[in-house]
Amino acid sequence: MSTTYTAAEVVAIARHPQRPNIEDYISGLFTDFFEQRGDRSCREDAAILGGIARFHGRSVTVIGTRKGRTLEENLRCNFGMPGPEGYRKALRLMKQAEKFHRPVITFIDTPGAYPGLQAEERGQGEAIARNLMEMSRLSVPILAIITGEGNSGGALALGVGDRVLMLENAVYAILSPEGFASILWKDAGRSAEASELMRLRSSDLLELGVIDGIIPEPEGGAHLAPAIAMLQVEQAIALHLAQLDRESAKTRTAARYEKFRKMGAIAPEKEKQ
Amino acid sequence: MNDIFARRRARLLAMRAMRDNYIPGDRLLTCPTCGQESEKKAVAANLSVCPHCGYHWPIGAYYRLSTVLDPGSFRELDTRLGAGDPLRFPDYRRKLESAQRKTGLSEAVVTATGTIHGHKCVIGALDSRFFMGSMSTAVGEKITRAIEYAVKAKLPLILFSASGGARMQEGILSLMQMAKTSAALARLDDAGLLFISVLTDPTTGGVTASFASLGDIMLAEPGALIGFAGPRVIQQTIGETLPEGFQRAEFQLEHGFVDAVVPRAQMRDTLGQLLLLHRKGGRL
Repeated sequence: MSTTYTAAEVVAIARHPQRPNIEDYISGLFTDFFEQRGDRSCREDAAILGGIARFHGRSVTVIGTRKGRTLEENLRCNFGMPGPEGYRKALRLMKQAEKFHRPVITFIDTPGAYPGLQAEERGQGEAIARNLMEMSRLSVPILAIITGEGNSGGALALGVGDRVLMLENAVYAILSPEGFASILWKDAGRSAEASELMRLRSSDLLELGVIDGIIPEPEGGAHLAPAIAMLQVEQAIALHLAQLDRESAKTRTAARYEKFRKMGAIAPEKEKQ
Repeated sequence: MNDIFARRRARLLAMRAMRDNYIPGDRLLTCPTCGQESEKKAVAANLSVCPHCGYHWPIGAYYRLSTVLDPGSFRELDTRLGAGDPLRFPDYRRKLESAQRKTGLSEAVVTATGTIHGHKCVIGALDSRFFMGSMSTAVGEKITRAIEYAVKAKLPLILFSASGGARMQEGILSLMQMAKTSAALARLDDAGLLFISVLTDPTTGGVTASFASLGDIMLAEPGALIGFAGPRVIQQTIGETLPEGFQRAEFQLEHGFVDAVVPRAQMRDTLGQLLLLHRKGGRL
């Protein structure tokens, strides 16, 4: 944790192809994983991976974005950019978790929701919106972990948690720095400058009250010592699940509401004299 | 006594609405859809709808509210809630102040209580002249307060959306307003209260992916562009031109995302009808 990186360097670490991904976390931290597929209305979206597994002997629902590692996998998973079917599958799994009283753990690593023709036709916006609304009132604990890059509504759609944690070198932002620079300055080449201004690092987000905790990474990034990173994530999940377990469903959802309610709250200006 | 105040309020809204409806430039106005010229006065008298082809020009928030509310019923909420700059983004303050001067608005949304056909409701409208109606912390906060007010006062809620999406200069905190407003709507939903979402040109990005898509009843203005990703981004992604009418209100109707496409001239009566249909305590 000693080296300080520039924001652009952190973005590069967050996107490192060898960084542990959701499949690594599932095989490393959970047992008895059963993958659940499909949105029950039209399609299976491989960009979202979800299912039931056991964590320290207890059943939980695990959901996350999947990028894949080889080019073939990347293509199958649409480089981790889900469509509405993926978000609807995620919601289906969350509702089921509620029914069976399983906590939900989400792993977020996505360039964003897919901006495609079919995604629009099938209501990308509606699917994300529905997830935000339903996650805010889900009665079981929700633990969201941003492991790589968490961009746009596509990341937030899995991120309305009682606890939102970030790996130290993960990033969380309204969109990619390239997209940000291109919208604001019409110049995607200024992405390094954008990264600095966007305050997308875990330390920035903790300070802004957007996340609840940082999971430390080994020196140089999680990809250099995946086993150590894995252990840190495991400890964080165990700690936060234990904390959330002690609260009643009512207290938990009320606290979840208040947490997001406070973000960007503005006090009314004083009456002008 | 109440009458005097009601008349004063009616005048106040009418004055602000007139300012909103003021179309600068020459005497003649060219319609971007049909290309025909119309007298500005004729367009203004027609609710800013093209008399030839029915194109709906974007309109300001105060004017929008004046076209649907009963005269004199408008009471603005949270008037003192101003713009924020949570990331202290370079040059943003100055741009906000300039937008405030140009539009006379404090931020991109106006919220109020009022009546339509005598039915009381909480109502809000985004204004695309202010930073493209984008979702800032102030917009998120005002909308959340309006929703919470509706929950507390047990009133139905109507929101008119017009937004380019996120407010870039407020970064991640703009994104969080999506969660905040959607969570507030979950509470409105739990309270069994009605939410009518009206999508106007354009409704895109984070607004589409949050409160605007969560109406019990979804309405849209004719020809409004409605989508998550903007057409240019999609075109870049897929590398081909988009089909005619893609993401327009009629397209969304066809694909099952809105209940009805309602022309501006019929909006007030449609909202009145919906409020009547949801009136509590009616007996057969």
